[in-house]
Amino acid sequence: MPTTIPANTWRHKDLVAIEHLTAEEITFLLDTAAAFKQVGDREIKKVPSLRGRTLINLFVEPSTRTRISFELAAIRLSADVVNMSADGSSITKGESLKDTARNLKALRTDIIVLRHSSAGAAQFLAERLECSIINAGDGSHEHPTQALLDAFTIREKLGRIEGLNVAIVGDILFSRVARSNIHLLTKLGANVTLVGPSTLVPREFEEMGVKVSHRLDDVLETADVVNLLRIQMERQRKQYFPSLGEYTTLFGLTKERAARLKPEAIIMHPGPINRGVEIDSNIADCGRSVILDQVTNGLAVRMAALYLCDVARGMAQGETN
Amino acid sequence: MPPELTPPVPSATLLLDGAAIDRILRRIAHEIIERNPDLDKIVLVGIPSRGVEAANRLAAHIENVEKRPVETGVIDVSMHRDDLRRRHRIGPVMPSRLPTPLDDRTLILVDDVFYSGRTCRAAMDAISSFGRPAQIQYAVLIDRGHRELPIRADYVGKNIPTAPDDRVFVRFQNVDNVPDAVWIAKA
Repeated sequence: MPTTIPANTWRHKDLVAIEHLTAEEITFLLDTAAAFKQVGDREIKKVPSLRGRTLINLFVEPSTRTRISFELAAIRLSADVVNMSADGSSITKGESLKDTARNLKALRTDIIVLRHSSAGAAQFLAERLECSIINAGDGSHEHPTQALLDAFTIREKLGRIEGLNVAIVGDILFSRVARSNIHLLTKLGANVTLVGPSTLVPREFEEMGVKVSHRLDDVLETADVVNLLRIQMERQRKQYFPSLGEYTTLFGLTKERAARLKPEAIIMHPGPINRGVEIDSNIADCGRSVILDQVTNGLAVRMAALYLCDVARGMAQGETN
Repeated sequence: MPPELTPPVPSATLLLDGAAIDRILRRIAHEIIERNPDLDKIVLVGIPSRGVEAANRLAAHIENVEKRPVETGVIDVSMHRDDLRRRHRIGPVMPSRLPTPLDDRTLILVDDVFYSGRTCRAAMDAISSFGRPAQIQYAVLIDRGHRELPIRADYVGKNIPTAPDDRVFVRFQNVDNVPDAVWIAKA
């Protein structure tokens, strides 16, 4: 068993965007996540790394699964967690993000996990507060932990990221998941193709170093990874394509399409899935679907992100434990 | 001719070369055999990174003498340290690997340098989240003194008197890509 020490480290108090990270930092975080994943197999699934720290899940935009994943990650690190959503908080009474954050700072919060509908909200707080800010999705900008858990899952299943053909399919135009994935995968040397109707996948994306295709059938035979994004029905997507039925006909991963994939290719989806729209119900549950592995790995990646940002901040601020 | 040894920092002097390290590890292997009549129960558990290498070598020596396999494991202590934020950089966290169940097993923790005792404490804390071993023993290549906790080692390769600011460097070919050696740099 090799025991060679990686030369890299982590120095950031915040995790705001994949765009700002180096390939080495991303790999260091993924390696750290592998160690934290193993905590889930222990008899006692909890480590004391963040004992005595306070984490606030500030979810100005609603989300259940991401919030629960962060909450569980923080609990497994022994942090104390408080959840705060826009409903029933002062945010609905018109308090600005800055004032909300200043109040949280006055309460001696160590880490804020922020989900917000405005791009740049996490960066805004990171620049103004000493505590660690973890971006859990900011508008159409980035969702860094989703891209990290996707990369972790690809690496776990296929052993590497460099050189793989990754197809990201569907609702890409305003997708922070797609943006974070594009940054991460291109930094680590994957060949990324975005697939969808031209209304949702305009050619401008090619400037990010990826290919654009408007035909799913053209990429099936070469893809190592097919990452299907959810059609965000709540965001009035109807004007972007004629009907859900037509979307499924052209871009849904049906049984027939799945049969044309390479034998080792994997199918991913950030959830929640629209069964029968982006993906055939049987395909979502088949052996090559890694959708539930993504959920498990999300916990490990978020533990690693919380641990690294908190320790880096503690070191920089001269804390003594 | 032995390979040319280059000190890790210019001021470092050589304490042990590869042959001396090998003799020490062989001697500790014999002590472990002597003290643990039922070798099926023992697990040599390395603390990353160089403790893992030392544990693997001890296991190989024991297997060589006793002609039977010896189980090994890894316990990472980063998540359990109480001095993490006092350090200079965030080191890698490695996945831990221990047999299950731990009941009735004797874990022999293996590390390269024994100093404050805080690594050993963190390792014991980490082990307790996997289960409750029958016994934990502690083997170290170098004991440099300056304990901050009531912990002692069961197997010591070499005692080295140091000042608190001295630096001790253990180098293993498989970990560091330089020949095996132990160095000391006086403050």
